Amino acid sequence: MRPFGYLRVASVDEAVRAAAGQPGAQFLAGGTNLVDLMKLGVEAPRTLIDIGRLPLDRVEELPDGGLRIGALVRNADLAAVPAVRDRYPVLSQALLAGASGQLRNTATTGGNLLQRTRCGYFQDVSKPCNKREPGTGCPAREGAHRDLAVLGHSAHCVATQPSDMAVALAALDATVCLHGPEGERTVPATEFHRLPGDSPERDTEIRLGELLTAVELPPARPGARSRYRKARDRASFAFALASVAAVLTVRDGTVEHAALAFGGLAHRPWRARAAEAVLRGAPATEEHFARAADAELAAAAPLRDNGFKVPLARALAVGVLTDLAGRAAHG
Amino acid sequence: MSHDPVPERTASPELSHQYEQGRPPSPDRPTPHLAPAAPLPHPLGAPSVRREGREKVTGAARYAAEYTPPGCAYAWPVPATVARGRITALDTAAALALPGVIAVLTHENAPRLASMGDPTLALLQEDRVPHRGWYVALAVADTLEAARDAAEAVHVGYATEPHDVRITADHPGLYVPEEVFGGPGARERGDFDAAFAAAPATVDVAYTVPPLHNHPMEPHAATAQWTDGHLTVHDSSQGATRVCEDLAALFKLGTDEITVVSEHVGGGFGAKGTPRPQVVLAAMAARHTGRPVKLALPRRQLPGVVGHRAPTLHRVRIGAGHDGVITALAHEIVTHTSTVTEFVEQAAIPARMMYTSPHSRTVHRLAALDVPTPSWMRAPGEAPGMYALESALDELAVVLDIDPVELRIRNDPATEPDTGRPFSSRHLVECLRVGAERFGWLPRDPRPAVRRRGDLLLGTGVAAATYPVQISETEAEAHAAADGGYRIRVNATDIGTGARTVLTQIAAAVLGAPEDRVQVDIGSSDLPPAVLAGGSAGTASWGWAVHKACTSLLARLRAHHGPLPAEGITVTEDTRQETAEPSPYARHAFGAVFAEVEVDTRTGEVRVRRLLGQYAAGRILNPRTARSQFVGGMIMGLGMALMEDSALDPVFGDFTACDLAAYHIPACADVPAVEAHWLDEEDPHLNPMGSKGIGEIGIVGTPAAIGNAVWHAIGARLRDLPLTPDRTLAALAAPLT
Repeated sequence: MRPFGYLRVASVDEAVRAAAGQPGAQFLAGGTNLVDLMKLGVEAPRTLIDIGRLPLDRVEELPDGGLRIGALVRNADLAAVPAVRDRYPVLSQALLAGASGQLRNTATTGGNLLQRTRCGYFQDVSKPCNKREPGTGCPAREGAHRDLAVLGHSAHCVATQPSDMAVALAALDATVCLHGPEGERTVPATEFHRLPGDSPERDTEIRLGELLTAVELPPARPGARSRYRKARDRASFAFALASVAAVLTVRDGTVEHAALAFGGLAHRPWRARAAEAVLRGAPATEEHFARAADAELAAAAPLRDNGFKVPLARALAVGVLTDLAGRAAHG
Repeated sequence: MSHDPVPERTASPELSHQYEQGRPPSPDRPTPHLAPAAPLPHPLGAPSVRREGREKVTGAARYAAEYTPPGCAYAWPVPATVARGRITALDTAAALALPGVIAVLTHENAPRLASMGDPTLALLQEDRVPHRGWYVALAVADTLEAARDAAEAVHVGYATEPHDVRITADHPGLYVPEEVFGGPGARERGDFDAAFAAAPATVDVAYTVPPLHNHPMEPHAATAQWTDGHLTVHDSSQGATRVCEDLAALFKLGTDEITVVSEHVGGGFGAKGTPRPQVVLAAMAARHTGRPVKLALPRRQLPGVVGHRAPTLHRVRIGAGHDGVITALAHEIVTHTSTVTEFVEQAAIPARMMYTSPHSRTVHRLAALDVPTPSWMRAPGEAPGMYALESALDELAVVLDIDPVELRIRNDPATEPDTGRPFSSRHLVECLRVGAERFGWLPRDPRPAVRRRGDLLLGTGVAAATYPVQISETEAEAHAAADGGYRIRVNATDIGTGARTVLTQIAAAVLGAPEDRVQVDIGSSDLPPAVLAGGSAGTASWGWAVHKACTSLLARLRAHHGPLPAEGITVTEDTRQETAEPSPYARHAFGAVFAEVEVDTRTGEVRVRRLLGQYAAGRILNPRTARSQFVGGMIMGLGMALMEDSALDPVFGDFTACDLAAYHIPACADVPAVEAHWLDEEDPHLNPMGSKGIGEIGIVGTPAAIGNAVWHAIGARLRDLPLTPDRTLAALAAPLT
């Protein structure tokens, strides 16, 4: 075992100060991904700053009608919060579609957002990987990439972001709250994860020493319906081949508002702005939903073995939107 | 779960006779062994609970890695990171400099091993790297963590050579093996080409099954200790006798100088059938360091070193008359082995005995590639072979427009096609009929792609299953103690099957004793030698020896007058004679598997709604543990059908799915209503218990039943396992085939 320091902190300020004073430190919450990566030799923090006892484990109503979700709220707990189930069903569904019951009991909101890709080359230290060791190359392009990206990838990296929850947060226009040495700031959930470009080692916009403290949801749109749907190789405990989170408001047969995000397709939850532009003001029909999905997926650049993700994502989007529109029409 | 009520369960004449012998207490011979208080319940066929169940669920049962002798050191292996080549440089200085590190074994300093029959065990003996993942060094340290650190700090230089891990149907290295499962690699009977050309109805189809891994829950682990020249190992193994014999050969010892203990084993599915690297490496490290050494192979290293089911490429051609009777049948398979040793996945074997086939061709061809060495995985041969054969039968049923159950019934042979031997018992037709009735097979609209519920298409499918009866020589000791208790000693292995429990039932049945008076000792090479737990042969082989020893003991007890001597009475029997001669009968278990699936036409996701297996496997000795065997095999077949896939990385030459996050096996949510039923099959040509093996037949047939149901659901024939959404979507997008 590589020796590492262990520090338990009692406040956000203490956590941030500790991180600033400890090069190579990482925050430890549920540990469901970080500890695995330490065992694999992918991560080797010099210090683990245990934030498990910080008071970030609550879901609070915001004055504007939104919700503030503490970074340490467990995935299983968040999925069960009545306000989440009632007002943001897409989020509850996405959480329950992720991992297994045991993992959801341990994994936290912040950790879920910060989990690393499950690309096999990233996890195998005996092989090159630009994300793990910049400049060593990306064997996934020629190797095993059935589960990897079809949108927004680069010559340096074709990894996917594995979180289901993050896809729902992107569709809900959530905000990620960060606390660092420079103070607090927020980043839109849609901008929080990056595309790989030429620096795939950076998954997100989080800066060195910053602590993810909360996720805020804006008020649910009146009349909006939302849903998450995920396609996977087995019925439980498998990452998305593709998934879709959709929030749809239909009035008089016309799309008043639509927010759509894809999972399993890219290095970040893929907010489908081009599709939304097609949907806005369009008739809420399967034909228009398909047109919208095609508008978004036109940019797809599949690799040798993952071309199926494009029609799969299209079918998921059309299915979910049609279902939401149908339910809106009936009730 | 239930046994079929139609054929009445009766004890075999031989057993009934023995119960009579054991029952009546004799007033003038107050031997406690012959004086049960009341008539005993019939112990064979009773749903006895697992003898060690409480120990297992409370964590008291100890597995190989849970023995920690004083001074125990820990080992961690170093796998090769190239797919083919030679070691040119070894630098262990950095590893040895780490705190707590005791030694690093490499081919330069490791104990020399004698060459023996299994070259996969020639570990750390030479510089050649035959495949990625092959062990090139072993770090030994005071702690597990230090051993792992040391393993990572070993620097190995290689001269690499181009590698080839991709098997194709036209691979230039293909050859026909001389021998496969006791028969020739290729067999011709009649004139297949002419008969196929003349057949009014034909199918000519190709299927592929990818490499698969057993992945038992307990990883391969061993703890080894040398004491005054005697080697003691606790090993996670399916057969301690075989491990003991192989260690004796490798280390040039007598088997009496080695004790191998495999008391509890957390699954094997064939991957622990013969010794695997952990036990040899642990013994080498213990000898080299003079300390006890424990080695549990990390999950991610298992795929490369403990064996896998080799991929198989199948071509099946069937010619039949309009009446559905098969006139020509060819099953040709292509597979791979490693450059280390030859292992043939015997997938064309079932075509030699399943169906009427006056003109037949069965061929195995393989090429030695730069891949890890394949080995046994649950129903080797039958599982992939019957996937292809039973899928092709379904395709033939479609061509002929004959119900697939009926088509199989019409091709049920009177004698074993390849040998002409009579079957000792063959109740495939009964399984098909009874299973169809239970499942609600009829009425069935044979048209595909017509049962739509929203986005879902539903379908049903059927396939036959078979597995041969195998019995091997085993020795057992039966002891009657002066206090009235019995002790049975036999080196059987309970890999989770319930072997300990069933052997107790057999002994109790013969002795006429309550089960709680019978102690059964298994899982140590210090016990009388026994065949390994494999080939679905354990209960038959061990049980026969136990039965024979108990029968002899009973005779001794009956002849004994007065109280037993203080040391009791002990008899030892073996089944050398009984197992030496091949049976004049063709002996196989049979079954029929029915599946109902739903296919999501948007996502391509296939989910199984119902699975029903109907088996005829001789006498079922314990319905509780038997049900676990059947149902577990069927669920493993579900995984083979829908998700299991150990693809080889074309760039690096290793298996890409090396942990249980990437190698998908069914989760609870994937497992629907699964039912296993059986006929009470009477077969006097097996063994005194009348049992056939049941450990493997559940996986056979299930993948084809599911694949056939997928065709019935969507109207497209998917011929490459597993049936994942990418493949189903492509098929749904294509015109109907």
